[in-house]
Amino acid sequence: MGKRQAESIGSRVVARAAVVVILTATLPAWAALGGDVASVQADQLHMQGSRQIRAAATYTVHEIQAATGTVVREYASNEGKIFAVAWRGPWPPDMRQLLGTYFEPYAQAAKAQSGNHMGRRPLLIELPGLTVQLSGYSRSLAGRAYVPEMLPSGVRAEDIR
Amino acid sequence: MTPLRIVFVLLVGSACAFSLGCGGSSSPKINTIAPVGQNVAPITVNSGPTGNYANGAFTSVTLCVPGTSTCQTIDGVLVDTGSFGLRILSSALTVALPQQNAPSGNPVVECFPFVASYTWGPVKTADIEIAGEKASSLPVQVLSDTDFTVPSGCTSSGVPSADTLQTLGANGILGIGLLAQDCGGACEQTGGANPGLYYECPSTGCVVTGEALAQQVTNPVALFSTDNNGVIVELPAVTGGEASVSGSLVFGIGTESNNGLGSAAVYTPDANGFLTVTYSGTSYNQSFIDSGSNGIFFLDSASTGLPNCTMAVGFYCPASPKNFSATNQGNNGTSGPVAFSVANAETLFANPADFAFAGLAGPNPNSFDWGLPFFFGRNVIVAIDGKSTPSIPGPYWAY
Repeated sequence: MGKRQAESIGSRVVARAAVVVILTATLPAWAALGGDVASVQADQLHMQGSRQIRAAATYTVHEIQAATGTVVREYASNEGKIFAVAWRGPWPPDMRQLLGTYFEPYAQAAKAQSGNHMGRRPLLIELPGLTVQLSGYSRSLAGRAYVPEMLPSGVRAEDIR
Repeated sequence: MTPLRIVFVLLVGSACAFSLGCGGSSSPKINTIAPVGQNVAPITVNSGPTGNYANGAFTSVTLCVPGTSTCQTIDGVLVDTGSFGLRILSSALTVALPQQNAPSGNPVVECFPFVASYTWGPVKTADIEIAGEKASSLPVQVLSDTDFTVPSGCTSSGVPSADTLQTLGANGILGIGLLAQDCGGACEQTGGANPGLYYECPSTGCVVTGEALAQQVTNPVALFSTDNNGVIVELPAVTGGEASVSGSLVFGIGTESNNGLGSAAVYTPDANGFLTVTYSGTSYNQSFIDSGSNGIFFLDSASTGLPNCTMAVGFYCPASPKNFSATNQGNNGTSGPVAFSVANAETLFANPADFAFAGLAGPNPNSFDWGLPFFFGRNVIVAIDGKSTPSIPGPYWAY
């Protein structure tokens, strides 16, 4: 891990809002996963959170502490694409916001989970080009979503947490 | 391998084929199960109200219109140490419970986020009876997708609703875990700090509202007049698969002659509510104990060597049962080994008469979810946050 910087949304909300207006005018969606690293700012605003940025060799982690207490980490490649998101905390993040274009296939797969036996358990979804894993219990949740083909070389799924 | 070790392996192997106690290095599990009584409700692990539930622990709950003798006993309610508060299917409810209203006069409706589903429906008030224990004017959630239109904020998690018998698999969920309220202080907030569980619903549509602690859906045990500091879930050991297993849900910790801590070791959760489990030299700090999970869900195929099932998606399917040992560690430093065995889920499910399975397990990357099989043959104590007990105050698990 290299540089570390913290940004508070409170002191910069006006400037940030101006930036986001420009960005959202040019981006097809506010999607984080699969999208441009600039979309992290939209997520941060949506979550009314503060952000820390940590750089590793082949990627950068943008950690957003949401106002609700949930921590979301967005993993950006050196090419500026979000290849994974992970979260932990009392409440699920807004998956529609976080997964963007990946939300619908994820939600469809989540609804299709069934078998001959009823039962409650963690949710694992593995689609071509998308993995989503949800675990935990009430008020203690954890999860992650990533696009396997977008993982930078040398990055393993275990690194996303 | 020396001849002596070969003999040892053969002996262990053959013992595992016939012994009740084949669960790794542990001796056969023998736990004492309290007889049903004033503070003890019966639990049954069976196919449940849908007739096809695997590893569901069910009990019955009596709900009354507050202050009246107009009551209804509902069976097939899932005993869930992984949530907080009582949720009942609207379709299972015949008594007319009063609606909880916001200060504005609008009805309060909740969206509760479980891991793989959400529940939606109005908050109502009931007097509750379980065994001989009573809670008065308890806020409960009545599950229904149709009484109020589900708002988009409730579907943003992407998981489906579980508000019908066929989607919930039970007539209700009895959340008797570590905490008292299902949300806590966050839901009292307004603006971005509010996670959006409670809505008020005028005819124009539902909007997120702040909800005072006392109005939130609450773990009924915390509101019992006695025996209100936690529960003990007591289920016998299970061999392979069984059609039905009977046990007890004991209320109170150290409050009666039948609910002492005994020699149980206390494991506290960390700030995120999790235990740390160490397996094969790696620690997984997003782990937990949850009677509402229907198997032991841990790690993945690569780290366990267990193949995923092809038909029974979400479970492991080893060619033959495989033994494991992991170490639980609480935030308080307590640690101890847990031995368990993983069987082939498709083999277990192949017997249409069986619904209680000791070896049912599946993947859950980076985490151990000690579900119902962890409870078989082991009395598990769950102490509620802030309540005093013969040991430290809750929250903790002990076994």
